[in-house]
Amino acid sequence: MAQVLSDLLQYVLSGIATGCIYGLVALGFVLIYKATEVVNFAQGELMTLGAFMAFTFIGILKLPYWAGFLFTVLFMGIFGSLLERVVLRPLVGEPVFAIVMVTIGFGIFARSAVSMIPGWGTETYGFRTPFTEKFLKHGGLIISWEHMAIIILTAALVVLFYCFFKYTRIGVAMQAASENQLAAVYMGVNVKKVFSLTWAISSAVGAFAGILLAPITFVHMNMGFIGLKAFPAAVLGGFGSVPGAIVGGLIIGVTESLAGVYLPIGWKDVAAYIILILVLMVRPEGIFGIQEKKKV
Amino acid sequence: MRFLMRRDYYEDIRLFRYRSTFFWYLALVVGILLLPFVLGDYAISQLTFIAIYSIASVGLMLLTGYTGQISLGHAAFFAIGSYTSAILTTKGAPFLVGLPMAGVLAALVGIIIGLPALRLSGLYLAIATMGFSFIVEEVLVRWDKLTRGNLGMHLKPPTIGPIEFVTEKSYYYLALVLLIFVILAAKNILRSPTGRAMIAIRDSEVAAQTMGVNLAKYKTMAFAISAFFTGLAGSLYAHKLTFINPESYTILVSIELLAMIIIGGLGSIHGAVFGTAFVILLPQMIILSKNYLPHFLRDQTGLEPALYGLMIMLFIIFEPMGIYGRWRKIKFYFETFPLYKKETFKKEKKYYKAERH
Repeated sequence: MAQVLSDLLQYVLSGIATGCIYGLVALGFVLIYKATEVVNFAQGELMTLGAFMAFTFIGILKLPYWAGFLFTVLFMGIFGSLLERVVLRPLVGEPVFAIVMVTIGFGIFARSAVSMIPGWGTETYGFRTPFTEKFLKHGGLIISWEHMAIIILTAALVVLFYCFFKYTRIGVAMQAASENQLAAVYMGVNVKKVFSLTWAISSAVGAFAGILLAPITFVHMNMGFIGLKAFPAAVLGGFGSVPGAIVGGLIIGVTESLAGVYLPIGWKDVAAYIILILVLMVRPEGIFGIQEKKKV
Repeated sequence: MRFLMRRDYYEDIRLFRYRSTFFWYLALVVGILLLPFVLGDYAISQLTFIAIYSIASVGLMLLTGYTGQISLGHAAFFAIGSYTSAILTTKGAPFLVGLPMAGVLAALVGIIIGLPALRLSGLYLAIATMGFSFIVEEVLVRWDKLTRGNLGMHLKPPTIGPIEFVTEKSYYYLALVLLIFVILAAKNILRSPTGRAMIAIRDSEVAAQTMGVNLAKYKTMAFAISAFFTGLAGSLYAHKLTFINPESYTILVSIELLAMIIIGGLGSIHGAVFGTAFVILLPQMIILSKNYLPHFLRDQTGLEPALYGLMIMLFIIFEPMGIYGRWRKIKFYFETFPLYKKETFKKEKKYYKAERH
């Protein structure tokens, strides 16, 4: 019995770690959706770019892990705001669908561009982290520090975000802009700056997820496909809710991990999407979402 | 510029606006029918693929371009069409049964997907259809008694009565006839009350409902019709390749179909065909231009998808109305020769139109 329980706990923990990654990618979707009403289908690719940058800093340039971490997040933040400035700013006012298609196009472009950059290419890479090959043992339970690091750092990031939106001026401005852009403009919020910052933050969060995921799946050009699994997470949490994204991610991660063990082969890969469709049929606004009313 | 005097409401929805239009189309069809006598087998095979994908993209155009329902899951209907036809014909059914059944089954699944779609709009629908297409892909892999899973299925070339479509040319005619049928069907649907209800839903759901359009009925119908055409295309695609496996029906196919209708120009059947031709011929153009590219780029496998992604971005940023929109602008320029103004086609941008509060 104890064995069964500790096995279960083991699976749940590894599910939580994966779920954190889904949650972080979903967080990227949610931030952009809240502010700009656009779903960024390239969020997974931003994560890939982040992971490759981290590999460049840590693996190739041999910087210390935390310095590489910081540089990557900063670099991707700047990249995100440039992306907003160059690609998305001209499209403000176009139908949302067109903008979404642009992000899909950018995703395809970015994935192929990664494979063309000298030194990156189509190979699979890894880099050493302070957590590599370290384990935490407790009874029958063995947890790798790589998983623990994901859980702890995600939690830290969520707390940081909470404080940012609650207590800083720019955080409150961002909330205002996502609530009602016109009113925010009247109150003196610089909405353009807010959009730019939103993309910067989302892209940085993507990089954050990429660095954390790198030790587990390694760095390769297709790691961004995990972004597709983050959609169910975001929908489950209610697309416009920051805590919802993380909770949704955790639920998807744990379900997937358990489905992989206790259900026949094949269920693991579709579990997330079955949940997605069920949620959309039963409660499209998600767990934390608010029912939308259509206005004329 | 020509001016029309209309005496009858029916003239507004005529299939061919001018008498000359009919003759131009007739000339086009004759020209296309004569192409195999001029072109080689390889070119004809590419044209066949354009015809097959055009059928699917016309289907998607009805749903996305005319009804305004975004689907990121059309690869699933394509796959269902392919597999239905493949399974039926390997079990001994004739192609003439397999082909329509492919469409019918895809349409039935389309209705099932259309039902939750009634509650969803815009991006939620895109995500839901995407999830659905992943599920279908997994089912195809796992239901290996029927689909042989990842091993894939081999198909025989189709036969109708005594005719066997083995050569590139015969298959070209098969695909072409079906494409013409599909385009005529789509055009006729669009000018019927059903089609006009669909367009009304695209322009404003609330307004359409107020005018007495039954949203549930027409949205489901749009899904069914769209899936039917895509299923037909899937069947033709499978028999053309004579080998299919689930890997040919990933999300990338759905994105490709969407790219076709966007590059072609949303909301026009011409656009669906133009866009398809562009997307299918893009790799060919890359191959042809390889000799002029710098060494650094020439041998990159990622070149094609990169250009493809870039094209989607550039088209939406610089020509949101697509190839057909450009065509119309050029035509209008010559029709109104010295009077053309750029602002004629300027779209009004909508700022701050938030749907959630």
